[in-house]
Amino acid sequence: MKEETLSLSYGTAVREGFAYLLREHPEVFVIGQGLWSPWYVGNSMTELDREFGRERVIDTPVSELACTGAALGAALAGRRPIVVHPRVDFMLLAVDQIVTQAAKWSSMFGRAGAAPVVFRGIVNRGGEQGAQHSQSLHSWFAHVPGLRVVMPASVADARDLLVSATLCDDPVLYIDDRWLYEREADIPAIPDVDAIHRGPRIVRAGTDVTLVGAGYASYLAEQAADELAALGISAEVVDLRTINPLEMDVVVASVERTGRLVAVDGDWTVCGLAGEIVAAVVERLPLGAMVAKPRRVTLQDAPAPTSRPLEARYYPTVEKVVAAVRASVGLGVALA
Amino acid sequence: MQSIELTSAARALGLLADPAQGHAPVALGSRPPEALVAMLRSMMLIRAAENGIAELVRTGEARCPCHLAAGQEACAVGVAAALDTPRDKSFGAHRSHGHYLAVGGDLDALLAEVLGKETGCSHGMGGSMHLVSPEHGLLGTVPIVGATIPIATGAALAARLDGSGGVSVSFFGDGATEEGVFHESMNLAATMALPVLFVCENNLFSSHLHISLRQPDWSTARYAEAHKVAWEVVDGNDVVAVADAAERAVARGRAGHGPTFLELVTYRWYGHVGPRDDQDVGVKRDGELPLWKRRDPIRRLEEALVASGALEPGDVASLRQAVDADVERAVELARRAPYPQADATAKYLYTGGTR
Repeated sequence: MKEETLSLSYGTAVREGFAYLLREHPEVFVIGQGLWSPWYVGNSMTELDREFGRERVIDTPVSELACTGAALGAALAGRRPIVVHPRVDFMLLAVDQIVTQAAKWSSMFGRAGAAPVVFRGIVNRGGEQGAQHSQSLHSWFAHVPGLRVVMPASVADARDLLVSATLCDDPVLYIDDRWLYEREADIPAIPDVDAIHRGPRIVRAGTDVTLVGAGYASYLAEQAADELAALGISAEVVDLRTINPLEMDVVVASVERTGRLVAVDGDWTVCGLAGEIVAAVVERLPLGAMVAKPRRVTLQDAPAPTSRPLEARYYPTVEKVVAAVRASVGLGVALA
Repeated sequence: MQSIELTSAARALGLLADPAQGHAPVALGSRPPEALVAMLRSMMLIRAAENGIAELVRTGEARCPCHLAAGQEACAVGVAAALDTPRDKSFGAHRSHGHYLAVGGDLDALLAEVLGKETGCSHGMGGSMHLVSPEHGLLGTVPIVGATIPIATGAALAARLDGSGGVSVSFFGDGATEEGVFHESMNLAATMALPVLFVCENNLFSSHLHISLRQPDWSTARYAEAHKVAWEVVDGNDVVAVADAAERAVARGRAGHGPTFLELVTYRWYGHVGPRDDQDVGVKRDGELPLWKRRDPIRRLEEALVASGALEPGDVASLRQAVDADVERAVELARRAPYPQADATAKYLYTGGTR
C-alpha cells in the first residue's frame, strides 16, 4: 500500500511542522517578532495565530534578547518554546542567551536543568538587501558545544527537523533559508520525530566526486550534480542536515570512494563550515586516499553588496559548484 | 556620628542611603514568632556559610570566584519567605549563595559545589557561580550580569501558560539595571502582565564602582516607573519589611496584575569577589563599612526578637552555634567528597533525549 504523502513547498512544510507541534504538544508555544503579520516569515507561519490562538503564537516588542531569554526561561520551567528570528542578522542581538546561557545550561548545572528551546533563525538574503539583511553565520553557532545546529535543505527536513528539534531536550538552533521556500516535494504525512538524530544523508549517489553542504548549499550541490551528470561526471551529494554536533562518517566514507571533495557553503570562508568539512576529511583519510586536492565554494569574504552585478558575483551558484568540480576532476582527464 | 553627604542623587533613596541611619531593631509586625525565628536562622546560616566559604578561599581550598553576600542576607530570606516553592521559580546571579540557601537549597551540596566536588548541587560542574536547586524552584544562578532577568520573565510566562498561579523571581544587583536586557524584560513583562518579581539588591556597588559613578541617581526604582511596573523601595536590611513587600508583589503576580520591581537597599560586607573587604582595589569604603555593619540585618532581628520575648539571649547563641556546626560539618563533607569523573566534561553536554 502506498504511504500517505503531502505535496508541500519548503515554506508550507515549515508551517506544517509548527501546526503539528502546536496541535500535538500543548507545552509548545512560539514567540517572536512579526508572528501576527502575514509577511515577516514568508509563507512559513501563515495564520498560525488564528488557528492556535495568540496566547501560544506570541508577537513581541522589538526585544530580541529579552524574548530569547524568555523562551529559555519558559523551557526551564517546563515548556517547549520556539523563538522566531525572521532574520539571522537581528538574532545576533540575542547571542548571550543562545550561546552563553542555553548552550551551557546542561553542562554548567550538571544536567540539573534541561533547556528544550528552539531558536529559529531565517536566512533572508539577496534582492539587493545588503550587508545587514544577508547573514547566515551558522559556522559561528556550530562552533559552540551544547548548541545543536540544524539546517534543513529538503522539504521533508523543513518540517521534520523543526518537529524533532522542538521535541529534543537540548537547545537547538534551526536555520531555514528563504531561497528554499519554493522548493516542492511529496513527503510522508507523518513527521519523523527523530530526524535530528539521524545524521547526514546521501541525497545523490555518485562515484567521481563528493559534494557536501548544508541548507541552501546542499540544494545547490544537488542541482550541480544534475548538470554534472549531463557532462558525464557522477557526483555524490551529502546533505549534512545537522552541523553541530558534526557527524562526518558518511562524508569520509563517500570521499574514500570518490577520491574527490568539494565543500559548498553559503557562508564566509575563514574558520567556516567548508573548511571544517575539508579538515575533518583530510584528518581521517590515509595519505593518498584523495586523487585531487579538496576545494571549497563559499561566499566571498566581504559583507554582502547591494548593487545588482556585485551581488550576482557574490553568492555561491550552481555554476560555481560545477566549475569547482570540473577543476577537481581535471579538464580532459578520463573518468573511471 | 559620621554621615555621608547626601547629594540630590542619593536623596532618591532617602534615609536608606545614609548608613548612619537604620541601626535600630526591626519592627516585627504580625508574623508568628516561629516564622520570624525561621527567618533569623536562615540569615544566620547564610552568614555562617559565607564566612566559612571566605575561609576556604583564604586557605586556597576554594579556587572558583566566590562573591559573598554577607550583609545582604535579609534580601534573600525576606523574598524567599513569600514564595511557594517549587511552584514559584527563582533565578540568581553571581552573588547567590544566599538565594540558594534561602529557598531551601542543601548546605552540603553548596559547599561541595564551591569545592568542585561531584556531590555538589551542579555535580561539581558549576562552582560558586552556577547553583541550582530545582526541587526548591531555584532553576539557576549565572554570573553574566542581567542574564536571568529575561529568563525569569519567561518562567513567569510559562506559569501563566500552565495556569499554575506561580510567580518567578530574578535576583540581581544595581549593576544589572545598566544592561539593556533589564529594560527589554521590564517592558516585556509589563506589556504581557507577567507574574515576575524583579528583585534589585541595590548594594550601591557594581564590582569596584559606586553607583554615583555609574548612574545619575542612586535609586534604580525610577526605571520601574518608566516601564509602568509596580515598585517599592525597601530597607534591604530589614527582613520583615522585605518579606512584607515580597508578599505584596507575589499577591499581585498571582492575581494577574503583572510584575513588581523591588529595590532592596543594602550593602555588601566583603568586596566584590573573595574574602577581603575591597580596600585593596581602590574602593574607599573604610568610612562607610563600619556604619553599614551597624545596620546588620541579623542583629536587628535578633534584638527585636529578644525584646519581644520571643527569644532569650541564650536561644540566639544556640541558633548561632547550630548553624556554625552545620557549616563546619558541610565543609568537612565537601573536603572528603570525590571530584567528578574524568568523563564529566563531555557527559553533561547533551541530554541526548527526546520527548
